[in-house]
Amino acid sequence: MNTASTMLTPSIDLTISPRLAKNVRRNIKERIIEFILMLAALSAVATTLSIVGVLLYESLSFFKTVSVVDFFTDTQWTPLFEDAHYGIMPLVSGTLTTSAVALALAIPVGTIAAIYLSEFASHKTREIVKPILELLVGVPTIVFGYFALLFLTPILQKMFPDLPGFNMLSAGIVMGIMIVPYIASVAEDAMRAVPMSMREGSYAMGATRFQTAVRVVTPAAISGIVAAYILGISRAVGETMVVAVAAGQQPIISFNPMESAATITAFIVQVAMGDLPHGSIGYQSIFAAGLVLLVMTLCFNILGHMIRKKYREHY
Amino acid sequence: MINPTTPIKAESRDLNFFYNGGNHALKSVNMPLYENKITALIGPSGCGKSTFLRCFNRMHDLYPGNKYQGQIVMHPDNTNILEHGVDPIEVRMRISMVFQKPNPFPKSIYENVAYGLRVRGESNKRQLDDKVEEALKGAALWNEVKDRLQDLAFNLSGGQQQRLCIARALATDPEIMLFDEPTSALDPIATANIEELMSELKQKLTILVVTHNMQQAARVSDYTAYMYLGELMEYDDTNTIFTRPSRKETEDYITGKFG
Amino acid sequence: MMSTNMTTKKPTSSTPASVLKNLGEVRAMIKRHKLNDYLFSLIGLLALSLALLTLMTLFMDLVIDGYQRFNLDFFSNFPSRRAGSAGLLSAWVGSALVMLVTFIVAVPMGVAAGLYLEEYAPKNWFSDLIEINVTNLAGVPSIVYGLLALGLFVYILGLGQSILTAGLTLGLLILPIVIVSTRESIRAIPTAIREAAYAVGATKWQVVYDHVLKYSYGGILTGVIIGMARALGETAPIITIGALTFIAFLPPSPVSDVAPFINFEWLSSGFTVLPIQMFNWLSRPDHAFHINAAATGAIIILLTLLMNGTAIYLRYKIRKNIKW
Repeated sequence: MNTASTMLTPSIDLTISPRLAKNVRRNIKERIIEFILMLAALSAVATTLSIVGVLLYESLSFFKTVSVVDFFTDTQWTPLFEDAHYGIMPLVSGTLTTSAVALALAIPVGTIAAIYLSEFASHKTREIVKPILELLVGVPTIVFGYFALLFLTPILQKMFPDLPGFNMLSAGIVMGIMIVPYIASVAEDAMRAVPMSMREGSYAMGATRFQTAVRVVTPAAISGIVAAYILGISRAVGETMVVAVAAGQQPIISFNPMESAATITAFIVQVAMGDLPHGSIGYQSIFAAGLVLLVMTLCFNILGHMIRKKYREHY
Repeated sequence: MINPTTPIKAESRDLNFFYNGGNHALKSVNMPLYENKITALIGPSGCGKSTFLRCFNRMHDLYPGNKYQGQIVMHPDNTNILEHGVDPIEVRMRISMVFQKPNPFPKSIYENVAYGLRVRGESNKRQLDDKVEEALKGAALWNEVKDRLQDLAFNLSGGQQQRLCIARALATDPEIMLFDEPTSALDPIATANIEELMSELKQKLTILVVTHNMQQAARVSDYTAYMYLGELMEYDDTNTIFTRPSRKETEDYITGKFG
Repeated sequence: MMSTNMTTKKPTSSTPASVLKNLGEVRAMIKRHKLNDYLFSLIGLLALSLALLTLMTLFMDLVIDGYQRFNLDFFSNFPSRRAGSAGLLSAWVGSALVMLVTFIVAVPMGVAAGLYLEEYAPKNWFSDLIEINVTNLAGVPSIVYGLLALGLFVYILGLGQSILTAGLTLGLLILPIVIVSTRESIRAIPTAIREAAYAVGATKWQVVYDHVLKYSYGGILTGVIIGMARALGETAPIITIGALTFIAFLPPSPVSDVAPFINFEWLSSGFTVLPIQMFNWLSRPDHAFHINAAATGAIIILLTLLMNGTAIYLRYKIRKNIKW
């Protein structure tokens, strides 16, 4: 054979069987599909990065104008005024006060409801109530805002004549009612997970239902219950519409629920509704406030995660 | 042979039991529990021995739909503990139970043992201390834990946890103690410890023990009852059951031909 | 049938009198404790009813306050300066369009992500990272999503204060819901079914598509409905985008009678949604507008309750019907 014909007619048979060729194509198709799915999953990471990115980006611009020290120590928050002050504490105090009122209601009521549902209620009752709790969780918060402003506040004003039309008490109470189903649901799940053998041990000692529920089941489920509380706290701190509608727009440092005050979330809403030139200090201030909010809720979420890991009972 | 003058602490009379859904789990069981003696219940899986045991402290009341028929009478007061008017809590304060798998509470060793007392309203520290010590000694656990009573009960080994559960059950001075396969989850040494414990405990109270381990029944008990499919097949003192059983069914089970 | 000698009973060592006395004390104490039991059940029932009663009161209050607006005009009018003739037309059309975009954003991406995490992802730091992010995102306040949208979508990407932006934002917001419910539905499928499919030579994607997805789509649907109900009621992120609150026009129609028959102009249009319209009316001091707000609120609650109720019912039926 001379070289020319070797090159024109290869002596090695390079064709692969049709079946094998199909396999290679299928393989490539599989890999592509997997890649696409992975990209979809990465969207979660991308979202987090975007959120942190945007908040940091605008906040960094903000902190070029406002010193971090002022931000945390100034007692006034008036970014839109002539004499602008940029102390975040008034907003934080508003958030904390409304949340405290909400949790003062939601934690006891939610826990008691959970204990009742888990240890006292009949199977039938539970089957009916649990879905209802889920339905409650789905009620939009703007509706609760209406309730706070136009139903509860007038009632409270009859009890406390000095109560302003916008106040943290009404918003806090309604927020609390809103959070009860969350806490009740999660805490109840935690209690149901306690094995029956532990309850039998308690009943066998002659304990009543109440004694068993409080002395044995609740301590056994404590990590899940605390996780429920943390979930509630996170929810309260991040809540927007109820406080925007009913708590007020004045950023003041106050821990008195009978006053009208703005929370971090209400402030952001207020500013966003107005006309704000993109890039102005007022525009950037909402991102700084949002960053504080995000850090607060993240801290609570991490705390909840750690508590659950540390105290999780392995049955 | 059974000594005709041995006092009876409790006895079941024509006891029938139906699980929720209709399963007729116990059929006309008549059986005495002699005072200060250990009575063992043996039989293949599903024969009703645990069901029978749990009738004594009304455990079945915890689950809706179960039905008792017949009587379990306690002496000397002649109370039928299965009667509607009798509160199961009252029954459980007189009859305590040790379970198959140790189930200590998520509390300290001290608080576990003190639980029954606290539930009865006892809060005097000195009283509690004394009773806890007494119970732990009675369960042969005192020396191992006396320096760490505040430790979590979960940190104990399996055998220790079971002895803790026994101490817990002891602390309230029950008249009868029920043991539901107490050593099936334990290693041989822990098992031997608990069997020895039971022999000591019977001096103070009456014991009914369910076991799927025949050798254990032979080692530990004074009287043995062989049950099958919800019926009491044979009942006699342990020696007789294991050497000269009256019924073929019993003999088949004992010798391993069956079950 | 039994070989036992029933002996005559003899009293036990403690005399009957002392045993009975103890019994008396014990019975009294049990009575006290059971009273606590009873009292607690009452309190527990009360606590449970609090949430339930509030919802009922809320709904009734809205209906009572707003019933005068329940007529066809309310649904076909634009908002107006006069409360009596203001209507929800722009709001509910806006809501429908925004929800459409939300669905398109959240569902394919969410289901795909859930599939990846359950079927493909190896157990390593990478998938852990993704999982942590999903859990975290579920706990981020909705207004932060609004800030993300404002900074990124509206300005940096230049998408403007439009339906597209709103749909993207809400889509990201409910993404964790869709992912989690997809994962849970997939987990409920036993490995035996997958193994059977592999055993006849199916590729991974064929197994996933023909079997896993097919059996889990009910559960996924449940999650999607819950997510959409959430999107319907969300106000904060949309306000932050800068949804104009007095919209007296409709976005351009997606279909037209000139080629190419379908256009996407509506995506970049201004808009309003039901909860924003309610918020807007609620914020006015004029009581007449509060009536409108009440009526809107009643409608919103009705819609979300219907959707969530359907989802719960669907899940219940699925659980009952599964016969592996």
